[in-house]
Amino acid sequence: MRIVVDRDLCQGHAACEGEAPDVFSVSKKGELTILAPEPPEDRRAAAELAVKYCPTHALSIEED
Amino acid sequence: MTTTTELREPPRVSGGSGENAHLDELSTDPIGLMARVRAECGDVGEFTIGARDVVLLTGADANEFYFRAPEEQLDQAEAYPFMTPVFGKGVVFDASPERRREMLHNQALRDKFMRGHAATIAAEVEQMVAAWDDEGEIDLLEWFAELTIYTSSACLIGTRFRQELDGRFARLFHDLERGTDPIAYVDPYADIESFRRRDAARVALVELVSGIMGRRAAGPPSAEGEADLLDVLMSIREEDGTLRFSPDIVTGMFISMMFAGHHTTSGTAAWTLIELLRHPDEMAAVTAELDELYADGSEVSFQALREIPRLESAIKEALRLHPPLILLLRMAMEDLAYGGVRIAAGKFVAASPAISNRIPEDFPEPDDFVPARYLEPREEDRANPWTWIPFGAGRHRCVGASFALMQLKAIFSVLLEGWEFEAVQPLESYRNDHSKMVVQLQQPCLVRYRRRKATPA
Repeated sequence: MRIVVDRDLCQGHAACEGEAPDVFSVSKKGELTILAPEPPEDRRAAAELAVKYCPTHALSIEED
Repeated sequence: MTTTTELREPPRVSGGSGENAHLDELSTDPIGLMARVRAECGDVGEFTIGARDVVLLTGADANEFYFRAPEEQLDQAEAYPFMTPVFGKGVVFDASPERRREMLHNQALRDKFMRGHAATIAAEVEQMVAAWDDEGEIDLLEWFAELTIYTSSACLIGTRFRQELDGRFARLFHDLERGTDPIAYVDPYADIESFRRRDAARVALVELVSGIMGRRAAGPPSAEGEADLLDVLMSIREEDGTLRFSPDIVTGMFISMMFAGHHTTSGTAAWTLIELLRHPDEMAAVTAELDELYADGSEVSFQALREIPRLESAIKEALRLHPPLILLLRMAMEDLAYGGVRIAAGKFVAASPAISNRIPEDFPEPDDFVPARYLEPREEDRANPWTWIPFGAGRHRCVGASFALMQLKAIFSVLLEGWEFEAVQPLESYRNDHSKMVVQLQQPCLVRYRRRKATPA
């Protein structure tokens, strides 16, 4: 799976970081960095929660 | 890239033969005007206020174009002339709107502060209902406007500042909100009653803030960990020791911080309650949901941050039917094109939550209150990021949206757990006053409250 972010939608709320801190990191200025663009399968549940709880719906998961 | 010669001009809506074109209609029936634009012109159509053409975009595709456009193309500058006298003419901020938004986002609205804010809000509601008898009447506009003055000042500026405020501040703030007649698009300083009251209210607010600053300067410093934003601003001094920020500038800063979250949250709280009164089954479902949630004695500050599906859906549906901002404006900074239509530089470009939120293809039974549309599997607010737009969308989406939803959940947790409500006027008589750009409930808007009897064990 691959994490996809729509940069026009991201506002840096950092909800994703709260769900999966090993996959997402948001700087103090609100800039999102994807630490693991293709996270391992055992992180799927956390990544899906990050997608679900993103307040601006900026995240999605693309399957290979 | 298309060349401009292939583009047609925006279709124009009917009407608008008066002196200021469609301004009169914008002041009396703005939703009717915008609905007609969509009916006559489709996704893109034009009306005119004063000397300014406004290209109105509605529907998912047009909204995506609007909300994805970078600031170099669509800018908020000059789009809201009615706000300048409210924030204060000549109050120059050190930071751009973008930077101030970022500061608000990082310093007051970040996720990690939310639990503290939820506790603060619950305490403010408790404090206001503590003044109630076992039953009585409240004016929804005045009651929620006062409550949200306390919650927004406490959460955004600090509880120390909040404790200095009373109903006077709320009433003056209301005069600012009432001084937003659309005639501001022709002359923001026109000699009319509501603008005179607006300007007098701002002067009085500066006096209040000046008094607070004077008492702080004379009194002991704030206790460790108690310092609020006003303490921080007052600690910044010029080389000669005088305050860097005058009471006038501080007041302007506070007004601008509180403005966006005040009438919006206040109005949404009122409309959620009105819609629940109009739909007793939904009221019963929400109350049962809250009863179950709080049966174990858990705290509002804990639950308001978590999912409360029935209540959240009722709030979202109130937002869809009665969006606090019905018209979002930007200015075209260069010639743009959408759908084969030319949008000339210098024109206003608008999106409308009031219109886009009621498109039947996106929201079946668009005029009905149907909270179930947000529950699984429908989730109509998530189906497409450009259809459900009470908070706008994209990078400029309301930065306080999560805070607002949390706040509303906290407010209704306290209100509905302790009290029952009943309309005291015909249910269809609750309506918005559209004569101002800041839309608020039209008075009278009374409801009756009654203390709930303890539920039998």
